[in-house]
Amino acid sequence: MSIYLDHAATTPLREEVLEAMRPYLTEHFGNPSSVHAEGRRARQGLDEARESIAAILGAKPREIVFTGGGSEADNLALKGVAWAASARGRHIITSSVEHKAVLNTCAILERSGFDVTYLPVDRYGRVDPAQLEEAFTEHTTLVSIMYANNEVGTVQPIAEIGAICRQRGVLFHTDAVQAGGFLPLDVDGLGVSLLSLAAHKVYGPKGVGLLFVRQGTGLLPQIQGGAQERQRRAGTENVAGIVGFARAVELAQGDPAIRSAENARLAGLRDQLLAGAAGIPGVEPTGHPTERLPHNASWLIDGVEGGDVVAALDLDGVAASTGSACTSGSIEPSHVLLAMGYDPERAHGALRLTAGRGTTSEDIARAGEVLRSAVGRIRPVAPAAPVEVASA
Amino acid sequence: MARVVAAMSGGVDSSVAAALMARDAAASGDEVIGVWMRLHPDGGEGFEQSRSCCSPDAHDDARRVAGLVGIPFFALNLEASFGERVIDAFADGYLAGATPNPCQACNQYIKFDELLRRGLAAYGADQVATGHYARVEERDGRYRLLRAADRNKDQTYFLWVLDQAQLARTRFPLGELTKPEVRRIAAELELPTADKPESQEICFVPAGDYRELLAERRGYRGEPGPIVDAGGARVGTHTGYAHYTVGQRHGLGVALGEAVFVREVRPESNTLVIGRREEIDARRFTVEGRRFVAGEAPAERFRAAVRIRHRGTEVPCEVTLIGEDRLLVETDEPVWAPAPGQAAVFYDGEECLGGGRIARAA
Repeated sequence: MSIYLDHAATTPLREEVLEAMRPYLTEHFGNPSSVHAEGRRARQGLDEARESIAAILGAKPREIVFTGGGSEADNLALKGVAWAASARGRHIITSSVEHKAVLNTCAILERSGFDVTYLPVDRYGRVDPAQLEEAFTEHTTLVSIMYANNEVGTVQPIAEIGAICRQRGVLFHTDAVQAGGFLPLDVDGLGVSLLSLAAHKVYGPKGVGLLFVRQGTGLLPQIQGGAQERQRRAGTENVAGIVGFARAVELAQGDPAIRSAENARLAGLRDQLLAGAAGIPGVEPTGHPTERLPHNASWLIDGVEGGDVVAALDLDGVAASTGSACTSGSIEPSHVLLAMGYDPERAHGALRLTAGRGTTSEDIARAGEVLRSAVGRIRPVAPAAPVEVASA
Repeated sequence: MARVVAAMSGGVDSSVAAALMARDAAASGDEVIGVWMRLHPDGGEGFEQSRSCCSPDAHDDARRVAGLVGIPFFALNLEASFGERVIDAFADGYLAGATPNPCQACNQYIKFDELLRRGLAAYGADQVATGHYARVEERDGRYRLLRAADRNKDQTYFLWVLDQAQLARTRFPLGELTKPEVRRIAAELELPTADKPESQEICFVPAGDYRELLAERRGYRGEPGPIVDAGGARVGTHTGYAHYTVGQRHGLGVALGEAVFVREVRPESNTLVIGRREEIDARRFTVEGRRFVAGEAPAERFRAAVRIRHRGTEVPCEVTLIGEDRLLVETDEPVWAPAPGQAAVFYDGEECLGGGRIARAA
């Protein structure tokens, strides 16, 4: 039985979530836009899901736009606001450690004539709010800073950034996809105008996400068609997925006491992992020592290719990741680690383990042993080592 | 019981090799792990359409086959060593006036060296299986490299560099099969790679034109220089010596009333020497960087058959060792255009004995 330590990539569907979804995959198959009873039944499920999630976010149901995932939500936030506000200005501020869903969307906007400022981060991956203050121009219409980083787990000072943006009268979007299961999502407390979430990171189904859009925020829809989602996202709603999403968010966030207890348990496991790895020579933890997601342990391992370690761990029954979702052995080092000031050579040795609901202390102990043994095996022959020249 | 890395390029041969290993694993107790090697960065436009082995399409095909035959699959990044040991060496070969042998270099330094070493470390694998057409046979503790059952496909010309330690850890599941049989197996297993066309080109030169690569890797763009005949008389102009190889006929722009070929490339004076067909033939040439599969030569002087290009005919010859590194080849019949840098590979019947690099004429 393999030990799954890649919850930042995706999480298994919770049984309760599947149960909530099941009726909408079977008998309640109607189209929520239909007039008849089948349609009304589906509509009811959709409405309840929207109300439930809105309540957890401290938002109005009409401020929730369901999407086909976190990346779509990020695209809608950035393109939607940038274009809607383009008459006022064409400057966006983001950070250099965002998810590709934000960075590549910014790149497309740059090609369309928008200016984008990429804020630097410190060694731990944190944005400095003072640098944000300096980055504003009279043309700035949107700031997009992630809540927590997917690779190294660092949490950004979102409320502080939110306050600055509010004071400036500039819209603030946060990609909360990684934070969704762990950190408060109260949109007023965070001071955000827009917030992205994805269901599959919180034990919900894949292919469902949402964008919170504060009432009064101008947003140009990116998918044209029918009038679904108050004309902000056309297409027949993924009713079962949305119902599952709502159930998953309720389970993760509905009871703050449960959330805190699980966070504390996960942080204990993470610290156990970090302590175990600390004994391996040439292994440096990455990300912020305290301001980080409770389940995320990440490192740079000197003298190895992270992908080799992930393969070795997999064959020994531990599912891990290098942190960035590259499967074809690309040599491109992580933009997050580069932004944090690590040199490209070292950045190849990235490894991330992320614990989850099913993870036990025994799992962590076993993973630590497997990691130690893998690094010991791989390092002597890693590609960084000089290649032996076969003699004639 | 072994743990075997099946090198998978995404082509039909390595797909079937991996499939056969996976099929036999149940009986043998072997564990098979599919590995796709990323050897060079994704090229620019048109790269994916090429039949090169390193396009992302190739990766996806290999992964699909691994999934179908039920083995784990990983991508292994070997770009750094491939760039240095294969691509740069290829460019440097041309710049030295030689004809490089990148497939052999890839086997020597990448597939049967770094892949084996990293495969052992990362995957705990002690053997490597490839889709090469060749055979390995153990007899009395000695590993022999034998020609493939399919004579048309035999790839020992690129494998003679393997030593005993490497052969001991090498599996060639296609060695006893013919290409049509391999295609039939692929079709029977419904592998998505069953109908893939044969790749003929050098994988990192997708368009088949290496001149651009010389410019990119080594800044060589070529200066026009003289084409001379055997007597030294200038008969034309070339675009840069490194754009030509010994034996080449096309692209010379020389009309002498009969077919002429590149006889010699002289980098130091940026000169091409051409000759008529019979002038390109040779019966004696020297070879450097000699290696023998058995670890040592059969004798100081021995008879063998020599092949000087892939799919070339074999010619009986007498081989005499010279010093520590070289040997002299004297063929019974003339051989066509021994090109410096290309391998001369020696055979005794089915067995590949070893070989070396053809040296520039002294």
